[in-house]
Amino acid sequence: MASLTIRNAFKNYGAVEVLKGVDIEAKQGEFIALVGPSGCGKSTLLAMIAGLESVTGGEIWIGDRMVNSVAPKDRDIAMVFQSYALYPTMTVRENMLFGMESRNVPKAEQKEAIERVSNLLQIQALLNRKPGQLSGGQRQRVAMGRALVRDPQLFLFDEPLSNLDAKLRVEMRTEIKKLHHRVGKTTIYVTHDQVEAMTLASRIAVMHQGQVQQFDEPQTVYDRPSNMFVAGFMGSPSMNFIPAQLVDDGGKTAVAIKSGSGEPAKLALYNGAASRAAGKDVILGVRPEHLFRYHPDLKAQKPGLATLTVPVELVEPTGAETMAVMKVGDVEIVGRFDPDGAPQMGENITLGVDMSHACLFEPSTQRLI
Amino acid sequence: MSNPAMTAETLYDAEAASARRRWVTSRVIIYAILILFSLIYILPLIVVILNAFRDLPEINHNGLIAWPQSFNPDYWRQAWDTYCVGGTCAGVKGNFFNSLAMTIPATIISTALGAINGYILSKWKFKGSDILFGCMLLGVFVPGQLSLMPWAYLLGKIHLTNSVYGLILIHCVQGVSFTTLFCRNFYINIPDDLIKAARIDGAGFWRILWKIILPISPPILIVTIIWQFTGIWNEFLFGVIFTSGTQQPITAALVALGSGGLSVHAYNVASAAVLIGAFPPLLVYFLGGKYFVRGLTQGAIK
Repeated sequence: MASLTIRNAFKNYGAVEVLKGVDIEAKQGEFIALVGPSGCGKSTLLAMIAGLESVTGGEIWIGDRMVNSVAPKDRDIAMVFQSYALYPTMTVRENMLFGMESRNVPKAEQKEAIERVSNLLQIQALLNRKPGQLSGGQRQRVAMGRALVRDPQLFLFDEPLSNLDAKLRVEMRTEIKKLHHRVGKTTIYVTHDQVEAMTLASRIAVMHQGQVQQFDEPQTVYDRPSNMFVAGFMGSPSMNFIPAQLVDDGGKTAVAIKSGSGEPAKLALYNGAASRAAGKDVILGVRPEHLFRYHPDLKAQKPGLATLTVPVELVEPTGAETMAVMKVGDVEIVGRFDPDGAPQMGENITLGVDMSHACLFEPSTQRLI
Repeated sequence: MSNPAMTAETLYDAEAASARRRWVTSRVIIYAILILFSLIYILPLIVVILNAFRDLPEINHNGLIAWPQSFNPDYWRQAWDTYCVGGTCAGVKGNFFNSLAMTIPATIISTALGAINGYILSKWKFKGSDILFGCMLLGVFVPGQLSLMPWAYLLGKIHLTNSVYGLILIHCVQGVSFTTLFCRNFYINIPDDLIKAARIDGAGFWRILWKIILPISPPILIVTIIWQFTGIWNEFLFGVIFTSGTQQPITAALVALGSGGLSVHAYNVASAAVLIGAFPPLLVYFLGGKYFVRGLTQGAIK
C-alpha cells in the first residue's frame, strides 16, 4: 500500500500557478526527496501534504485516506522545519510534550515517548534547556525529536539542514540517513541540495516550474536524466552540453562535433546501431567525470571511449581533483581529472570521452532521446 | 619600585597632558549643561512637593517658589479626606478610586483585545485583514475630541452617562487601535513556522495564543499596559464632559481645583492633591520603565 499518493495536484495563488499537475507516490518506508531550484514549488507541495496550504486541484492521499480537507493535526504527520520552529519559551522536554498534550496522549505514554526519543537522538542531557541555550546542531536534533515522539505515518522535512554550516550539515545528513534506517517511516524530504537528495533518498522527484521533471531512483536520475534540466541540476559541476549532429560512421551511428576549424570530430555512440536518423541535430550530454586524458590503455577498460582534441582554457585544482575548462567549438566544457596528469593551461589535450555514459537530448524539446 | 613605573612617572609628554586637560574641560562643560537642564526639568516637581508641606500663610508671604520654613503633612490628609472639590467636601479619595476603577479594567480589557487582534491580524490573516488593520490604524490618528458627539449620543442611549462604566467603555474602544498596533507589530516578527508547527502538533487558535504567543509577549504587553494605564489615567476630556461630582475621575476633579472660583486658593492642599493624582502613573512607570524602552524598540524597529 502506498503511504502517500499525490494525484494531479494543482496550486494557484490568484493567477499564479505554482504547481501544475504533480503526481508522486511513496511506498511504505520510502525516503522521497523533492529537489529543485528555489521557486520550483517543492516547499508548497510539502505544505500541501502537511495541510498548511489548501489544494487547488487534485488529490492527496495519506495511507488509504483522502486528506484534501483534513486538518494538519489529523493527518498523522510530523514535520521538521528549516527554522526548526522550536517553541522559544518551552524547554526541550516541553517542546516534545506539547504535541502529545494537545492530542491528550496518556501521561505514561508521553513519558515513555520522551525517553525513547531522547535515547535515540542522545539528547537526554538537553531536556531541561531552552532552545536559546542550544547550538544549531542540537536544535536540529531537538526539532527531529519533536517529530519523532509522534510516531506518525509520514515524516515531512522542509530543508532541515540548510541553516547548518557545511561540516555539521554532512554529519546531520548521515544521522538522518541512519535514523531513517532505524525508524523505517515514510519520509518526504524537501531540499535544494542535489547532493543531499542523492545521498538520502530512495527515490528523487526533481521539480522545476511547478512540475515533476523526473521521479526515479537517484542513480537513474543521475545516469539517465529525462531532460536537460534534470541533467544540469543534478551533479556538480553540471553535465556538459555540446551541440552535435548524428552521422553515419562506417555503419555505426556517431555524433559529429564541430570543434574549431577543419573536420568535425566524430564520436561513435556506444550502443550506436545504424538505426538512428543521420543528419539529425542533437545535444550531447557528458558529465565532467566521464572525460579523461586519452591513453591507449584506457580503451581496454572503457569500451565506449571516443576521442576528441580540445584546447584547455582554465585549470582549477581543488585538491582531490582538478577541474579543467576546455573549449569545444563555441561551448565551454568542464572535465574532472585526477590531479596526477591533469591538463595544463594552454595545452591541446586529447580527451577520452566515455560514450557509454553519454546522453543525447532533442534540441527542441530538451528531452532525453 | 619597578623600573617601568619610574619611567612612566619621569617621562612628561606635553601632548598627552594637554589632551587630558582638554578632555577634562569638555567633560566639565557637558556635565554643567546637563545638570542645569535636569534642574530646570525637575524644578516644577520639587516646587509642588515642597508646597504640599508648607503652611498657607507662609506660601502667601514668601511666594510659591521659596525654601520651606514649615513642615506640615496634614495637608495630604486634607487633600485626601476633607478638601472641597466641586461642592462636596470629601477630598479627592473618591475621585482617586474612581480613576482606579476606570483605569484598571479599561487597561486590562483594551490590552487583552489588542493582543487578540494583533494575533489574528498577524498570524491568522484572512481576506481583507490588512485593510481592516489599516482602518483600525485610523483610530490612532483621529483625535479623541472628534468622537465626543457620537459618544454623548451612545452613552445616553445605553444609560451610561455620568458613570465610571461609561468611561471604561470609552477608553476600551478608544484604546484598542493603539494596543492592536503595538501587538500586531510585535507578533508579525514571530516566525510563522512556530504557528505551523503548533498546528501540526494539534494546537488550535486559543491554545497557540495561550501556550506559545502569550509566553513570548511580556515585552510588548508591558509596553501596552504602561501606555494604556498612563494614557487612561491622565485623560480628562471625557471625564470632564461625561461625568460630574462624585463620579469624576481624579484628573477631572483636579480641573475643578484650578477653577476654584470664590474660595481662597489653598496651594498646599492643591499641591498634595496633584501629587496624589500623579502618583499611580509614576509608580507604573518606575516599575516598568526599563521594559517600556526595550519593548518599544522591539515592536517598532525589528
